[in-house]
Amino acid sequence: MSNLAPLPPDWPGGYWLHWGVFVIIILAFVLLTVLIFIWYERRGLGRFQARVGPNRAGPFGIFQSVADAVKILTKEDIVPAKGDKIVFWLAPVVAFVPVLMVFAVIPFQSGALLADLNVGILYVVAVSSVSVIGIFMAGWSSNNKYSLIGAMRTVAQVVSYEIPLGLAIIGVVLISGSLSLTEIVAAQNIPFILFQPLGFLIFLLASLAEINRAPFDVMEADSELVAGFHTEYSGMKFGLFFLAEYAEALVASAIIATLFLGGWRGGVLPPVLWFLIKVFGVFFLIFWIRSTVPRVRIDQIMGFAWKFLLPLALINMFITGIEVVLLPEALPWPIIFVNLAIAVILVVVWSKLFKLGGGRVEV
Amino acid sequence: MKFERFGLGILKGMAVTLKHLFRRPVTTQYPEERLTVSRRIRGNELIWCREKCTGCATCAKACPQGAIEITTGKPEGDRYPVEKFQVDSGYCIFCGLCVESCPYGALCLSYEYEKAKYRRKELVKAKEELATSAEKQPSGYAHPEIEETLPRQTLLLNRDKSKK
Repeated sequence: MSNLAPLPPDWPGGYWLHWGVFVIIILAFVLLTVLIFIWYERRGLGRFQARVGPNRAGPFGIFQSVADAVKILTKEDIVPAKGDKIVFWLAPVVAFVPVLMVFAVIPFQSGALLADLNVGILYVVAVSSVSVIGIFMAGWSSNNKYSLIGAMRTVAQVVSYEIPLGLAIIGVVLISGSLSLTEIVAAQNIPFILFQPLGFLIFLLASLAEINRAPFDVMEADSELVAGFHTEYSGMKFGLFFLAEYAEALVASAIIATLFLGGWRGGVLPPVLWFLIKVFGVFFLIFWIRSTVPRVRIDQIMGFAWKFLLPLALINMFITGIEVVLLPEALPWPIIFVNLAIAVILVVVWSKLFKLGGGRVEV
Repeated sequence: MKFERFGLGILKGMAVTLKHLFRRPVTTQYPEERLTVSRRIRGNELIWCREKCTGCATCAKACPQGAIEITTGKPEGDRYPVEKFQVDSGYCIFCGLCVESCPYGALCLSYEYEKAKYRRKELVKAKEELATSAEKQPSGYAHPEIEETLPRQTLLLNRDKSKK
């Protein structure tokens, strides 16, 4: 927040009034959307598997997640006797709060709600990677081997996928010429998914791994590790982890919608509605992938990050840089087709080169 | 060159799952809709036929749970008058041994299979509740003469969506 002294003209009331009101709005938005997301994913997954999904609580089972929340609140709160009690208490908070903080800069319509940072996307990347510390604290303090293994997997995975994630963002930043999320949206007369097909693919896959979703959900692979880092958690502390997981999915959907799909921009409908439509669309894609692709092994995950996504992200950044420097005034459509062709060729060639264990291990 | 290994396989898989999204759910929403039950079902509701029963109490001896309570009076001709015939279906394990053991074919199982009750008292069935009625007909279980009249195996495809 660079200019605290003069009040921005469009802020209703005083600075603190605005701050308080919008913090409450964001909190309510996140909690409500997470509840809707849980219901939406369960219904959607049900339909993907030719089931109906939850349909008992309320019309179409829409109050299912509310009922689950009430159930979780009334559960016994168990702390392992030999665990690290303070860290155990702190871990869910550390995991959840950074996810909540990201929403301060996300532009729901023209201008962010809380802080229109000029380094918005940098802030998002920096803050959202804090929550992995919460997950590792949970794994460590539980004094349980499953928790610790799950947490270590998560740390390895998240730290690896941060790099292609950041490099894919750089492609977008190069085109728009700004780190501010508001200006990135303002620059998207044509959604950046068309200029950056490879960047979109890398960002989507990397953020799937970042938010520990299928097919990269090895941290809580229930067939191997009972429940991963939250094996020992119960009651509302488990609820916070669950909340954080879906809030991360919400963040990922919102960032993808903002960076690649034009954010709040769209035609006839009000901007906020456009933004929500895009967020729900991206989340549909996320659980569509979950319903299709089986879980991958940990060595496949790490190999995929370092040998596939990282070089492709570097090449993508390089090509985008050349295009921005050499052809700043070029017509959009040739560049779009060239980029799409480059993306397809690179993916095919790099898949052919992709090996694990020097070719001795099956991919 | 096969493209299955280069992402096309995953795209094909996603197309398959998308196709399933628009399929009719295969699950039956049980209390609201139920599958049409085969006529050859062996239900778990006991039927007692007053006319055929001679009061020999073989069923009570055969019952592994001792769920059948039978009291008879002085013999009249070749049969005992049954004063009390009471089945506690809370103890019943639905093994059907009483039906199989009855030498006179006086016991049958019906087609009914939803026998849950809210009160324990309601589980104890007296003589009147064990008689046949319009909805309560003996099934073919251990009764070959009834089984012959039943249709061949019926498929469970049709769903009954009416509320009961």
